[in-house]
Amino acid sequence: MENSFLIKTQDLVKTYPMGHTKIFALNGVNLNFRPGEFAGLVGPSGSGKTTFLNIVGSLDSPTSGSAVVMGKKIEDLSHKQAAWLRNQNIGFIFQTFNLLPVYTVYENVEFTLLLLKMSAEERKDKVMQALEWVKLADRAKSKPAQLSGGQSQRVAVARAIVKEPSIILADEPTANLDAENSFNILDTMEELNRELGTTFIFATHDEKVIKYLRRKITLVDGKVAKDEALEQKKVKGGNQ
Amino acid sequence: MIKFILKGIIRDRSRSLFPVLTVLLGVALTVLGYCYFSGVMTSWIQTSAKFESGHMKIMSRAYAENADQMPNDLAFIGVKNLMADLKKDFPDLIYAQRIRFGGLFDIPDEQGETKAQGPLAGLAVDLLSEESPEREMLNLENAVVRGRLPEKQGEILISDDFARRLDIQPGQTSTLISSTMYGNMATANFIVVGMLHFGITALDRGMMLADLADIRSSLDMEDAAGEILVFFDDFVYQEDAAERIAEAFNAKYSDDEEEFSPVMETLRGQGGMADYMAMVNQFMGVMIFSFIAVMSIVLWNAGLMGSLRRYGEIGVRLAMGEDKGHLYRSLITESLVIGVIGSILGTALGLAFAYYLQAKGINLGNMMQSASMVINDVIRAKVTPISYVIGFIPGLIATFIGTSISGLGIYKRQTSQLMKELEV
Repeated sequence: MENSFLIKTQDLVKTYPMGHTKIFALNGVNLNFRPGEFAGLVGPSGSGKTTFLNIVGSLDSPTSGSAVVMGKKIEDLSHKQAAWLRNQNIGFIFQTFNLLPVYTVYENVEFTLLLLKMSAEERKDKVMQALEWVKLADRAKSKPAQLSGGQSQRVAVARAIVKEPSIILADEPTANLDAENSFNILDTMEELNRELGTTFIFATHDEKVIKYLRRKITLVDGKVAKDEALEQKKVKGGNQ
Repeated sequence: MIKFILKGIIRDRSRSLFPVLTVLLGVALTVLGYCYFSGVMTSWIQTSAKFESGHMKIMSRAYAENADQMPNDLAFIGVKNLMADLKKDFPDLIYAQRIRFGGLFDIPDEQGETKAQGPLAGLAVDLLSEESPEREMLNLENAVVRGRLPEKQGEILISDDFARRLDIQPGQTSTLISSTMYGNMATANFIVVGMLHFGITALDRGMMLADLADIRSSLDMEDAAGEILVFFDDFVYQEDAAERIAEAFNAKYSDDEEEFSPVMETLRGQGGMADYMAMVNQFMGVMIFSFIAVMSIVLWNAGLMGSLRRYGEIGVRLAMGEDKGHLYRSLITESLVIGVIGSILGTALGLAFAYYLQAKGINLGNMMQSASMVINDVIRAKVTPISYVIGFIPGLIATFIGTSISGLGIYKRQTSQLMKELEV
């Protein structure tokens, strides 16, 4: 059964020096994620949510303990190998959309595939499919400046999903969105999770996001305080 | 990926405009500077060759050692035989016998008393024989601004500035007071038939141009010549060939022990010419290096500013899994594209100015009033095949260095901070 875990962490510790002492951002975290999960890390600021995403996203390495993602031990990866793991298997969605302003929506989404050295034809098919998923195919030629916040975040989702990664890590994806756009984007992500089987892991303290989660992990002071399966309370479109 | 980079450069003016303008300016100045110095060098070499040094020059060893003093007492004797031998040994070359002399130019009034007097620098060339290359080589037809060219013995030309200073009109009789090759005083009367303006300050100040036979007779220099100038038949100086010919000549005719034996020197070997040429080449190198250094610093700063402005973009690209090396290389590729565009535009601009200066030139006559260097007052640029590519050296190297240094920040970027940084 262990082999079916997409992500497996064991006694995960991450410390940061602060003068002569150490701050424990993560302190012995044991968490496993299976393919297709729609899970979220919740907790107050400084509880270790982003640090956990950083490590499983191969952006950082643990101080001690182990994090295995897609069969790769994060602590053993070189910078190049870590970049390759992100490139092949992990998509990121940030609080701010971070779209490249001089490129069109199409080109922003396409860029991820350029890094995978895909053919032009294959890229075109995949980009248009991703834009269909986020319902922005008709805005393919628009520039980010011409989009609303919700549309921009949907482009960011398309950019993350276009390479069909196994894992998408989303750090406060709704923080800059109003309620309606938040629900729209969460609907989109949930749909993608169901259709493509992509694992979504959120770091959030937004109640709107929490309502969509099927698994909620509460972190307090770098430790897992609670790990619970949720019954979804929301209905599509965010109406309760 | 190249297409993606090009789109970014074209659409993002702040990414391309300032760097392209910087490269354009630096490259244009490099090309213009190179063409101008090429023009100076070419003009200097051609003028020096025609008036002073030839492509090669034959003198007696003793004369060569004191050439600056125009020592006619050390002139080479036995020119007729040597010329016959030269035409046999090196038949493809052109020879011009010359005598340089100094003296006093005296203008008498109606009573034969001195009306005006001035020191002169004289040059005797073969003005009258039909096979002489001198008239064409010294461009005398065009240089005569008043009067006419000499047609018979006893007629001379003087520089127009000199004539105006002494108030001499064409047709006026004048007296040359000088010394013979054996040190005796020499006087000879001539008729000034024309005034010259070469546009070369050193010559236009006080020159007398006379026929070789007249001066030989006046200075007691029969069968002698101070110098025999030697030219390639196409009048283009070829350093290697000149060296070979001089070596062959000296091996056959020159004797280290005999101070009046003939010796041949190349244009480059005369009067510190090699040092001047090396200095100009060095100056060109310094100029190109300076442009590379200045542009690199400017582009380095532009790169740093660009990195700050594109901080988010770089962060997202790293987060997406773009390898740092790939990202660094793509920024360098971007800068090289900018370097190529800037170099092409800069070369075009520099060449446009250079072609203008090649046609019009800049008159530096006022700055050369006391110059002894034989060079045209109007300095023109010269566009050569190298002019088309020289600008690419600073253009590409500077963009490469500038971006290489500023882009190093990518390697210092902590991926562990990306989440935080991209939240802003």
